[in-house]
Amino acid sequence: MGYVKGLRCKECKRDFPKEPIHVCEFCFGPLEVDYDYEEIGKRVTRKSIQAGPPSMWRYKELMPIDEDHKVGEHVGFTPFVRAKNLGKALGLNNLYVKNDSVNHPTFSFKDRVVAVAVSKAIEFGFDTISCASTGNLANSVAAHSAEAGLKSYIFIPDGLEAGKILGTLIYGAQLIAVNGSYDDVNRLCSEVAAHHKWAFVNINIRPYYGDGSKSYGYEIAEQLGWRTPDNVIVPVAGSSLITKIWKAFHEFQMLGLLDGKVQTKVFAAQATGCSPVTTAIKNGTDIIKPVKPNTIAKSIAIGNPADGYYGVRTANESGGYGEDITDMEVIEAMKLLAETEGIFTETAGGVTVGVTQKLVKQGRIKPDETTVICITGNGLKTVEALEGHYTAPTVIEPKLDSFEDVYSNSATV
Amino acid sequence: MAVKVRIPTPLMKLTDNQAEVTAEGSTISEILNNLESQFNGIKERICEENGSPRRFINVYLNEEDIRFLDGERTAVKDGDEISIIPAIAGGTGAR
Repeated sequence: MGYVKGLRCKECKRDFPKEPIHVCEFCFGPLEVDYDYEEIGKRVTRKSIQAGPPSMWRYKELMPIDEDHKVGEHVGFTPFVRAKNLGKALGLNNLYVKNDSVNHPTFSFKDRVVAVAVSKAIEFGFDTISCASTGNLANSVAAHSAEAGLKSYIFIPDGLEAGKILGTLIYGAQLIAVNGSYDDVNRLCSEVAAHHKWAFVNINIRPYYGDGSKSYGYEIAEQLGWRTPDNVIVPVAGSSLITKIWKAFHEFQMLGLLDGKVQTKVFAAQATGCSPVTTAIKNGTDIIKPVKPNTIAKSIAIGNPADGYYGVRTANESGGYGEDITDMEVIEAMKLLAETEGIFTETAGGVTVGVTQKLVKQGRIKPDETTVICITGNGLKTVEALEGHYTAPTVIEPKLDSFEDVYSNSATV
Repeated sequence: MAVKVRIPTPLMKLTDNQAEVTAEGSTISEILNNLESQFNGIKERICEENGSPRRFINVYLNEEDIRFLDGERTAVKDGDEISIIPAIAGGTGAR
């Protein structure tokens, strides 16, 4: 099985063999997976997909692995929530939330990319998995490496949330915190990669790894009833997810799986404290000016995004846009999602909800359009962001009177 | 006008394994043409056919990305230093 022909440079289109490489040796452009769509088209139908497992592997023909997946049996096919309450609050009549905050096993969309990356690393014969991460990827690499019985070395910027750190260590991973930003960590990792023959999921395995994100886009289309939404709001860090959702929609269209054409506007969402991509979109340029991140949305705090150019291009090509919001707006949006839909997302999810609100106010998203907000991570991992925003609960004696006192004081609430 | 140009490892095959070379010219564009005359084939690795640097190549003049200066028309003066650095998705030298 397997429908991967090889790798191809996204820039100069030179072909390369299926190897753990990620850069075109001629022009230094990124490599991407080249699939045999003709063969895939002969096998994949709506029916064949629906007969598959309730996981990302229902789309296995469109995943860049040659053998059956080795880890992550239950990743994906996460809830697609008809968000009537949030819609009412935002003034949107057809709003959905794609909820990867409950993805298995580590509660973020990163389980999709890592299930592919670790499976591919095993195919290549690596015995050690590594990555540079802002936290969610760290959790997922640690968990899937443990499942595979492989060693893992994980590099993070110092100062991440406790949930992200403990949520990596628990799996027995070797965790290295680096004094610097994610961009410093990433640069260090590229040097480490030159000295150690490891599978770096977001370096030498990157072309394969990135395509795991396509499953998030396939699920949106399938769960919406084999069509794509009018708008999708995507959190942007390195810009990989936004390009892969777009790619997923177009692959489904090419394979004849959709009703109607892809006319989705793709919107990039960032925190103002780290917004190189949305800034470029707003300024009408595709040149990304790297920034030093300063935001509570740490999981998407990448100042020098690897695929930034393609993120800008995706938003522009689709007729979408890019917006960013302040940290205070991020917190308010996290609360709004929790209070309206009962979904506790991390800061990055606050970013997409808050940016959606802003885009509605700007008139870029219309009330009756079908809109999907991407929620890609879980709030329990970033509780520090909420410190100071809630007072501690009132402590009472275990007596009815004691409760009634508090209740009578709060009954008007 | 002579300036120092730092060459990235993947292109050192073209410069007889020199990590640093000297080139003449008064703009980035002239420097790149001068490099080509010394080291045949290097320009097509750095530039598109229209002469502007490729998307995943960063050219720095004294630590400043020339995209934020005047691109390949940026003027250079004696003693300036130019660095050519591939901007590789996910990092460099991972092979």
